[in-house]
Amino acid sequence: MLTKRIIPCLDVKDGRVVKGIQFVSLRDAGDPVELAAFYDQEGADELVFLDISASHEGRETIVDVVQAVAGSLAIPFTVGGGINSLADMKKILRAGADKVSLNTAAVLRPDLINEGSDYFGAQCIVIAIDARYDDELGSWRVYTHGGRKPTEWEVIDWAKEAVTRGAGEILLTSMDCDGEKQGFNIALTKAVSEAVSVPVIASGGAGNAEHFQEAFEEGKADAGLAASIFHYKETSVKEVKTFLKQQGVVVR
Amino acid sequence: MIGIVDYGMGNLFSVSKGLERLGADSFISDDPEELSKATGIILPGVGSFRDAMSLLEKQKLDEFLKKYVAGGGYLLGICLGMQLLFDESEENGPAKGLSLIPGKVVRFTGMDANEMTYKVPHMGWNRLEFKHVSPVIEGLEEEHVYFVHSYYADTHESYITASATYDVEVPAIVGKGNVFGMQFHPEKSGQMGMSLLKNYLTLVEGKEKA
Repeated sequence: MLTKRIIPCLDVKDGRVVKGIQFVSLRDAGDPVELAAFYDQEGADELVFLDISASHEGRETIVDVVQAVAGSLAIPFTVGGGINSLADMKKILRAGADKVSLNTAAVLRPDLINEGSDYFGAQCIVIAIDARYDDELGSWRVYTHGGRKPTEWEVIDWAKEAVTRGAGEILLTSMDCDGEKQGFNIALTKAVSEAVSVPVIASGGAGNAEHFQEAFEEGKADAGLAASIFHYKETSVKEVKTFLKQQGVVVR
Repeated sequence: MIGIVDYGMGNLFSVSKGLERLGADSFISDDPEELSKATGIILPGVGSFRDAMSLLEKQKLDEFLKKYVAGGGYLLGICLGMQLLFDESEENGPAKGLSLIPGKVVRFTGMDANEMTYKVPHMGWNRLEFKHVSPVIEGLEEEHVYFVHSYYADTHESYITASATYDVEVPAIVGKGNVFGMQFHPEKSGQMGMSLLKNYLTLVEGKEKA
């Protein structure tokens, strides 16, 4: 049986992992290779690296990070942030990433999804969606530019459109829940997961192991992503998995 | 020395890095003459079956692989590389494969016997269930490995070394004589994946010594 996946997300800026300050046991808490190895040993099923570099130079270094991580990591990893073209995708995937995640660029030019999917296969193309509930819309609205810009897209319409164009997976972040640690947005996750034929990764709001169970059982998510609760050691991948196993959720 | 077939598809880097972690020498090539010097071959690949076959044919790599195997050489296909070992695939209309193992490649229907839908691709970690003894699983226990695929091999059970359950029984490790296939990505399957690759390398080294 296919297991539910637990995915830590690492923010990378100018080639270094930021926000990983609680890893006192590591020689260098900002080294992507060391952090990747740490999560691998903890039982992470996959990793996501989010490039938050603002400068061009910073963006160039992500390729070196990908190469270094790919050389040491024996689990799949996705790279997102600032990928705007097929050329960007080629660079990242050839350096050894298994998947790329597209967000704003895909909304601005949806053909990018087709291009990436046709060239590399749907399994390489993750569409990241940031969504916030909108009273006027009576549903969740898709935002771009790191959640700063509202779009015309309703979340389920956009998710379906992305999958039709060749997305192999949806990384769904609830802006309403993000950072609150009160749990994933179950209604949003369930709505999108039931609307598309590809796996959905729930993101935003994880505070403890029970939240992952809710996302999988009620939210119908295929995977759960979290950043700060793992980085700040509020819980660990191992603890979450032990809990899920006790609850009868199939994990690795 | 392992030869990794480069036909323009798939993540060659992750396969060669996986071998490097195991301390094995490998080289990447699209040249049949170069590849003929390898003591074992790995055929990786992601993407579409039809495109992959036409690229192999263009480089005459299809003929080479058949000859290599007929001469007793070890071949391991990974993911799409495993699917290419079979007779044909229904992906984008029927397309002929290498016919090194009998069977055809079909798509997950996405609908189970109770007419409930399930997700395609089959993506994530699934547990291997061992079916037949094989040198590639020797000394190992049934563990989880990482799959990403929308098509699977429909083949005789005698060729299935290990399977995984995803609505249907998915052939995960297949074998016929000196030809092996893994539907999942051993190079992305943690310790278990490394052990499986190690077993293949041991087979190849045994041939080197013989």
